[in-house]
Amino acid sequence: MASLSPAPASLFPGLLGVFSITAYLTAFLHIESQIGTALLIVGAMALIALLVRFNALDHFQRSFAEREKAMNAAIVVAVIMLALVFHQDHFTLLLIATVMIYMTASLGLTVQFGYAGVLNFAGASFFGIGCYTSAVLTDGTTIPEVLIIVVGGFMAALVGVILLLPVLRTRGHYSAVITIAFALLFKTFLEVNDVLGGPQGLSVGSMSFLGWDFNQGIEIGEVFEASFYLNYVLASLVLLCLAFVFVRRLDRSWIGLNMDAIRLDETAAACFGYNITRWKVTAFMIGNAIAGMAGALYAMMLGFIAPTNFDFGASLILVSIVLFGGIGSPFGVAVATLIVVLLPEKLQILQEYRFLIYATLVILVLLFRPDGLLPRPVRAYFTGRVSP
Amino acid sequence: MDIGLLSQYLVNGLMLGMMYALVAVGFTLFFGVLDIINFSHGDSLMVGTFTGLAAYIALTEIGIVSPLVQVPIVLAAAVLCLAVLGAVVAKYLILPLRAAPPLNTLLITLMLGTVLREAVRLFYPDGSNPKPFPALLPTQSYEFGQFTLRVDNVIMFLAGVVVIIGVHLLINRTKLGLAIRAVAQDEETAKIMGINFNLIVLVTFALGSALAAFAGILNGLYYNEINFSVGLLLGAIGFSAAIIGGLGNIYGAILGGFLFAALQTIGAVALPFASAYKDVFAFGVVILIMAWRPTGLISEKVSERV
Repeated sequence: MASLSPAPASLFPGLLGVFSITAYLTAFLHIESQIGTALLIVGAMALIALLVRFNALDHFQRSFAEREKAMNAAIVVAVIMLALVFHQDHFTLLLIATVMIYMTASLGLTVQFGYAGVLNFAGASFFGIGCYTSAVLTDGTTIPEVLIIVVGGFMAALVGVILLLPVLRTRGHYSAVITIAFALLFKTFLEVNDVLGGPQGLSVGSMSFLGWDFNQGIEIGEVFEASFYLNYVLASLVLLCLAFVFVRRLDRSWIGLNMDAIRLDETAAACFGYNITRWKVTAFMIGNAIAGMAGALYAMMLGFIAPTNFDFGASLILVSIVLFGGIGSPFGVAVATLIVVLLPEKLQILQEYRFLIYATLVILVLLFRPDGLLPRPVRAYFTGRVSP
Repeated sequence: MDIGLLSQYLVNGLMLGMMYALVAVGFTLFFGVLDIINFSHGDSLMVGTFTGLAAYIALTEIGIVSPLVQVPIVLAAAVLCLAVLGAVVAKYLILPLRAAPPLNTLLITLMLGTVLREAVRLFYPDGSNPKPFPALLPTQSYEFGQFTLRVDNVIMFLAGVVVIIGVHLLINRTKLGLAIRAVAQDEETAKIMGINFNLIVLVTFALGSALAAFAGILNGLYYNEINFSVGLLLGAIGFSAAIIGGLGNIYGAILGGFLFAALQTIGAVALPFASAYKDVFAFGVVILIMAWRPTGLISEKVSERV
């Protein structure tokens, strides 16, 4: 429905929504029993179904679309609050940080799949290049860790350059084979290679920033003691925010417009003089760089990496997150990552069946809701107004 | 290098190439009729091998142990099961997505592959461990110096040749083949000419999947072992083979299959690095070939309607 009144939407429904989601996540992360978790999930599904039935979510969406800055700030505050609530709980903090790192990596894929329409079925490989860069550099050199994260992204983009020529020359199904072949090649390479630890993997040094060692717990006087994972939650939040702002800016810029044109119709775009090569290369490199940076931080957080984390299945999970959320929709990616990463971790019964469930879920989404959970809205050409 | 050793590698390469070619022909058949990639093909193959294995166990349980009876029944069970699976997949997953972008079809089949793989891992008794596959064919061998020629390999290779010739005749000499080719060439005209499009699609999927079942049984007999995860790699190899051959072209797919096996063999024996890198080498060359000939060695005829 188009907004008839020019007045900006109220902030209240959005804030209420963020607050209830935070409260729900707190309960969800806190609860231990399997039955309780299952009840919470069923409850949330019923509630969402009700809200959708009575169009209550429209107000929420309008606050989001029209007051984006305020809402984004609210979400950042919500994440920090969530992390503070669980400040002593290692596992929960690790989970929160993992979700945010996966979101970052999926944002990289969003630039490729969603903006420029470049297929990449090797997302986990580029994520892995970031991880291995981080492992090698923290072990052998004294490069500041923050720089290592940047170098991780740079290395991922650099390795991606090898694939540029074939990716640019092929189209459709033919281009899919290139990244798939690369994903298989990359994992085999890691497994048979002795320098990078082979199948046993490598250990990774911890993150530190201006003398602040991230693997030390935070202590403020005697009042506040927190798990060291809190550091990583904050670091991944910063990385996620940077990536998110960047991806959103990219989408709204003239570059995003060019990429849209290329994705929607390459032939027509070429006829109008768009430089297809340039924007495909840009999208491919940017996406890989974001995934690589996420990987570099992830490796430092885990402290240990092995080739099995970066196989083709892991790449497929990243692709399913992007598709499940809605191709090209950063908010959709956020929601989808929450579901895909958190659900199996909390429902231990599902852990064994998680790949089966992911795959079935994606098949159902493709059959019944092919645009994903939160489809990308039509581009708003005028500021402050949502397109119908 | 010794001539005997060389022929040994040649025979091994030919066996691999035969399996890859059979898988690649399936990919190319599906692409011909619907312009889609069915990435669950490799995992269907694995399901076929497990069906064959289950059939073998059932036969042994009820006391039928003669290989002469077992081989045809095991083959028939796998082929039938996969033909039905292929048709069902086409009807309920692939045909409904015809209007969707190709990425969606690619993904739905990738995910179907994951579902099949995980289902076998979780629900087949002890499915997560490799299973021994019985040697159903005679295992005598003849020694020629360093070269050992096994009778079962010869039988398997000849059977593969027969199947490929059979497919060739089916596609080129029968009315059904004519219909498949017509649909592949121009769907709308084929429909106007009274061809039942949906039926032909289902039959093609059944045929392609049956070929995968055959390749799966060959794979089980060749390695005497079957693993739930074998489908992913075999599927990727078959897909690469079909792509380097040029999609939609059966002879291209066969060429691609043997080419990929040749690359693996060369990567394993003739190059100065460890043989473990053979897949890295083979997939690397695939990427290079795609950079050189973006639509495969025997190119598909493409023109874009604007």
